[in-house]
Amino acid sequence: MKQLLLGNAAVARGLYEAGCRFVSSYPGTPSTEITEEAAKYDEIYAEWAPNEKVAMESAFGASLAGQRSFCGMKHVGLNVAADPLFTLSYTGVNAGMIIAVADDAGMHSSQNEQDSRHYARASKVPMLSPSDSAEALAMTRAAYEISETFDTPVLLKMCTRVSHSQSLVETAPRQEFEKHYEKDGAKYIMMPGNAKKRHPVVEERTAKLKAFAETCEWNRLEAGADHAIGIVTDSTCYQYVKEALGDTYPVLKIGMVWPLPDKIMTAFAESVEKVVVVEELDGFLEQHLHDLGIPARGKEIFSPIGEYSQNTIRKAFGKEAPEGVALNAPIPPRPPVMCAGCPHRGLYYVLKKLKLTVLGDIGCYTLGAVPPLGAVDSTICMGASVSGTHGFVKALGSAAQKNTVAVIGDSTFMHSGMTGLVNVAYNDSKATVIILDNSITGMTGHQQNPTTGKNLKGDPAAAVDLETLCRAIGIPSVRVVDPYDLADVEKAVREELEKPCASVIISRRPCALLKYVKHPGPIPVDAEKCRACGACMKIGCPALSLRDKKITLDQTLCTGCGVCTQLCKFGALGGDK
Amino acid sequence: MTTKNIMIVGVGGQGSLLASKLLGRLLITRGFDVKVSEVHGMSQRGGSVVTYVRYGDKVYSPVIDKGEADAIVSFELLEAARWTEYLKKDGRIICNTQKINPMPVITGAAEYPAGLEEKMRAAGIDLDAIDALSLAEEAGSAKAVNLVLMGRLARRLDFSDEAWEKAIEESVPPKFIELNKKAFHLGKMA
Ligand SMILES: Cc1ncc(C[n+]2csc(CCOP(=O)(O)OP(=O)(O)O)c2C)c(N)n1
Ligand code: SF4
Repeated sequence: MKQLLLGNAAVARGLYEAGCRFVSSYPGTPSTEITEEAAKYDEIYAEWAPNEKVAMESAFGASLAGQRSFCGMKHVGLNVAADPLFTLSYTGVNAGMIIAVADDAGMHSSQNEQDSRHYARASKVPMLSPSDSAEALAMTRAAYEISETFDTPVLLKMCTRVSHSQSLVETAPRQEFEKHYEKDGAKYIMMPGNAKKRHPVVEERTAKLKAFAETCEWNRLEAGADHAIGIVTDSTCYQYVKEALGDTYPVLKIGMVWPLPDKIMTAFAESVEKVVVVEELDGFLEQHLHDLGIPARGKEIFSPIGEYSQNTIRKAFGKEAPEGVALNAPIPPRPPVMCAGCPHRGLYYVLKKLKLTVLGDIGCYTLGAVPPLGAVDSTICMGASVSGTHGFVKALGSAAQKNTVAVIGDSTFMHSGMTGLVNVAYNDSKATVIILDNSITGMTGHQQNPTTGKNLKGDPAAAVDLETLCRAIGIPSVRVVDPYDLADVEKAVREELEKPCASVIISRRPCALLKYVKHPGPIPVDAEKCRACGACMKIGCPALSLRDKKITLDQTLCTGCGVCTQLCKFGALGGDK
Repeated sequence: MTTKNIMIVGVGGQGSLLASKLLGRLLITRGFDVKVSEVHGMSQRGGSVVTYVRYGDKVYSPVIDKGEADAIVSFELLEAARWTEYLKKDGRIICNTQKINPMPVITGAAEYPAGLEEKMRAAGIDLDAIDALSLAEEAGSAKAVNLVLMGRLARRLDFSDEAWEKAIEESVPPKFIELNKKAFHLGKMA
């Protein structure tokens, strides 16, 4: 029977059916559920690696050993793993290996909007791009065949709308797969003498893959009545085109986005009067058509920014787009906020109060950048808080050293903050680094990481001892604070900034949403005592509001963390003092 | 059949996931092509969230666009107002009258707009506003708001009570089936 499966779950199903045995990934929206779903199959070993580069190299190791393997990441994760990618293109694989990368047009949960298709072209690795769950499943299975036939890793390009939409799939039973490992230095030891011989192999492979692209089922021509226009499209844009235009115009749906089928594209262009390319983000297919001498139009009509939808297409093709009624009232936005009881809140309150320069990082704690906390100066990519603070403090010297801190989460610290901290110690910048240790990878939906003492399957695992690690790196001053205790946090931050050496403050409290965390329950409130001074409103707690000059508490949200009670001077919050 | 579009909107953490799961189950057992789409991640931390449910003979796009929704089911009043542009001309908004202040209102940077129900009606919107929270509590749990709203939606759709009940049985843990069925019927009858 047909099932409704999330695109990411369909990829996981494809891994299962194709006999995949090894999955190593680092979480990142919108790719995370592929690995979480894969972990539910007993036949698949699945793990969270500390970062994407480690994940990809581990997946390669498993492929070398003869098992079909997989690693998954979000688009920016592929930047981190780009190093192994480009050389794995040279070595190729033993058993099949798939690298899933999920783009996020519209930046629902990302810091940039890069287009991963460029990586396929640059690394000369083939890339498949499904447009719904059924294709995600089928292409995952096919990717292993391609990987083994052509001796290459295969990129599977997902995107927010394919990853996070459920559509119907038909499932099949699993087929086991195993190969033997045989030593082959000329293929796997990439030093210049060997690599020089592998590069021509890569070029020959690309030529063969190009020929394959001409016949493979994933590049598909769909007939249309009006040949005045022919549409070339891929991924979720295919769905928008069909929704908006039905079979008005012929459509060339590209499912294998690298290498591209030159002959099919040329023949398609000849069969229509004009070619229009519909693709989100960059003009990747369009550029290829131009390289073939085809005067296709794409980005002069469709924006390289953000997501498309069916109305985008309707408007561009001069069709009527339905419209609804916008209310004639200002609708305040509802941005995401730190949860009530979030341990990050107290820490940010202190950083804001001390008017520090804060080089931030990526995680739930990025929300410390929005009002009323507004305590962050920069957020670039994972790990950049620590290394950025090092550079900032080095550049400005002791003046900056006393009022600048790095703020980084536990998962992010393990991902790429550690190496920055080595630089702080080694090149002696005397920077102060605050690790927000909430014992989980919060932002991406609560995944375990090397500091939490559990693995992906929830079983006990070795836990990195952050204090010992920081000392071993060479940080002379390491201390732990409880972010619910504002006075203690303030004391620690002031003291560490004054010290003439590098320091690490570990702000430790588990995420308020973790099931094992027991909360005392709502604090007592005495609204009569409230003088509407607004002191408690500075922490941006969603459970508190000041309406008509009186404080009110949302009993369903308050966890009883007590941070606000330390701010109220009049005893309105938390009972008598 | 032309594609039908249902949007479920609310505040991250309000539990719209169960509503879309239930609808999905119901629709595939009726033999439709179905797509259910939602954005996971950042917005779930108390932000504005939306789920698109589409069904028909053949569904292409996973998202619902402006002017396309046959029904918008909202877990919160301001969220209903935020998405009115997505409603079809003859569509209906089914709205829980609960109000949850967004952060700009909490900090005083913005006001929670007054008279939203009247404004929506004045704009010609077919609004079915109900106190789903009270009905959910009557059924036995504040968490059953989603089922109350699904019951309300059921009045607009052409599926038998048996089909809905079967979908409920398949979507919730056994010990909550009765509670959820009760919430569904309270929403449908109220
Ligand atoms: C290279 C890269 N990989 C993955 C992500 C997705 N991502 C965003 S924040 C985050 C982890 C946050 O965890 P942590 O540092 O523990 O902070 P928390 O959210 O728990 O506060 C991840 C994995 C990313 N932005 N960049
Ligand atoms: S999920 Fe956890 S870490 Fe993230 S905002 Fe909520 S309480 Fe804080």
